[in-house]
Amino acid sequence: MRVTFPRMGNSHIPLRALFESAGVEVVLPPPSSRRTVALGARHSPEFACFPLKLNIGNFIEAAESGADTMVMAGGIGPCRFGYYAQVEREILADMGFDLEMVVLEPPCTGWVGLASRIRKITGGCGVTGLLRAARLAWVKCGAVDEIESVSRKARPVERSRGAVTRAMEEALALLDDAGTVTAARKALAAGCEMIWSATGFPVDDPEPIRVGIVGEIFMVLDGFSNMDVERRLGEMGVEVHRFLSMGEWVRSNLLPKSFMPHEAREMVALASPYLNYFVGGHGVESVGGVRVYARLGFDGVVQIMPFTCMPEIVAQSVLKNVSRDHSIPVLTLSLDEHTAEAGLQTRLEAFVDLLKRRRVMKAAGRTEEGVTPL
Amino acid sequence: MSLYLGIDVGSVSTDVALIDPRNGLVAGAYLMTRGQPIRVVQEALDEIAAAATVPHEISGVGTTGSGRHLAAAIVGADAVKNEITAHAVAALARVPDARTVIEIGGQDSKIIILRDGVVVDFAMNSVCAAGTGSFLDRQASRLGIPIEEFGTIALRSKNPVRIAGRCAVFAESDMIHKQQVGHTVEDIVWGLCQALVRNYLNNVGKGKEIRPPVVFQGGVAANAGMKKAFEEALGMEVIVPGEHKLMGAIGAAILAREARPKPATSFKGFDVARQRFVSGGFECSGCSNMCEVTEIRSGDSLVARWGGRCGKWSS
Ligand code: SF4
Repeated sequence: MRVTFPRMGNSHIPLRALFESAGVEVVLPPPSSRRTVALGARHSPEFACFPLKLNIGNFIEAAESGADTMVMAGGIGPCRFGYYAQVEREILADMGFDLEMVVLEPPCTGWVGLASRIRKITGGCGVTGLLRAARLAWVKCGAVDEIESVSRKARPVERSRGAVTRAMEEALALLDDAGTVTAARKALAAGCEMIWSATGFPVDDPEPIRVGIVGEIFMVLDGFSNMDVERRLGEMGVEVHRFLSMGEWVRSNLLPKSFMPHEAREMVALASPYLNYFVGGHGVESVGGVRVYARLGFDGVVQIMPFTCMPEIVAQSVLKNVSRDHSIPVLTLSLDEHTAEAGLQTRLEAFVDLLKRRRVMKAAGRTEEGVTPL
Repeated sequence: MSLYLGIDVGSVSTDVALIDPRNGLVAGAYLMTRGQPIRVVQEALDEIAAAATVPHEISGVGTTGSGRHLAAAIVGADAVKNEITAHAVAALARVPDARTVIEIGGQDSKIIILRDGVVVDFAMNSVCAAGTGSFLDRQASRLGIPIEEFGTIALRSKNPVRIAGRCAVFAESDMIHKQQVGHTVEDIVWGLCQALVRNYLNNVGKGKEIRPPVVFQGGVAANAGMKKAFEEALGMEVIVPGEHKLMGAIGAAILAREARPKPATSFKGFDVARQRFVSGGFECSGCSNMCEVTEIRSGDSLVARWGGRCGKWSS
């Protein structure tokens, strides 16, 4: 069995560790590229959201390199994502690929089903082996989150543009190669060191503009599909923050309730005066997230979603009020394969200009209607 | 006199403005981009050089628009700013207490909310082309009326017809239908203006607090029908500055002026109009992104290169 799974940001690092240390052969789809998008868009329904098109592209490219089993997450709730795995299986079957699809439905639909599917993939690996694999994957998952988060802090202060991003790539490669928990921890420490030294240790430390990111999790985590929003903002001197990460997702969705990160609960709680209803995906968290960022004194928030994403559209319409009430600007980016880079860059630059000018105005003590200090 | 040059390269039109140190317009040019941004920038520079009769010295150059990096590379710019900032700055130069800027150009439209002279919010259209200059041009030619008369014809309407303006395709088919039913051209054109304004306010202006003074700029602002439709829908006066077509370029020029102090301008001189630039490109094979890298050359020398996702190709 040669297992593959779709690309989503750097999630392939822990996922590969999970399967390989459980003794399963993994065929990683090549990193998403323009070819992936072209293949995916050609074979998917036009109205499907961008993540589905990318998944299809990834699966086709993985099948070309010899994968025979696809692992895909399932989902529940009002969002279309729940049936994407089935749609993808049908599309690939129609195209004549002989691939088996294993759908991992979230555990709240029943642990037994999930366990039996996992057994189906991992076959001979015993329970202890599985636990060891899960532990390595979990450590790598945390390490990826950490490396990304350090890079987001380092980027706005780097002396030469792009140095932090290059160091981050190296750090991730180092982590990907680590075969044991100890090696992974060492790689993390070395990687963070590399990223900080890549900044050239700037001495004068102006307070950068701080922007939080909320939105649909695939688009937020996948730099390829959001056209590197984090890097673009960072290179404009903005410190970017996000609560959404793989680790956060695992804690909130796979582990018992008590593991749910504090911020995740807070986001849901704070959303309730505006949106007190599960709309699917991370719609509620997007609304609450903006309030959390407002409380933390952030300068602004960027909401990222695939074009036509229902939960995020609901959030977007509510966010108008949140933004006004809390005096925090929110920029919504709705992206898909038709998004032009120039337009995205313009929006981001204009947004950052806006935040900088607001800060100057606030420092000067000028407040007028609509712009009260946070 | 020391003057400042602003260049706004959009996908449909390119405008260039020459301003004096008090932001007054000395000369301006407005041309169609026709998919040839380099050529059109050169032509516009030629026009400006010919039109600027006063003895002058260029002390700063600013560029804006989707082709801002390209223009900056070929002329040598001191400030490269996005369209939102450029349009806001220009509007404030003409209407100092402006609080809302409606900008509708050839291919896109935007709204900028200003408070106390500062941009506090903005939005740009992302998907629908209804209401932009290109769409109006097409409808005018389909109805057989020159675009310049579109607005005045609209103002002659006695019985407006309601056109579905949700999207460009519906608007067009609805107009054809209304024509077949026998409505007059005046009424249809006025109905279209109202529909486009509704569309703009629902899509671009949605959720934004529109307060007076409202400045309406961009190519479409020339259309008296659109101005009136905005005034009716908003219930307030809408100001169209005389240089409404050149506001992007004027803003870029002002930003160049503000970008000082700088030892000297990077402007390469009006001679660039006679230089031969060749744009080309290649697919980078550095990694799986396979980015399409664009480059501009002049003779043997490389003027500019951009397009990689990783920053390896940007100067
Ligand atoms: S420009 Fe950079 S990101 Fe793009 S293909 Fe080349 S190496 Fe990769």
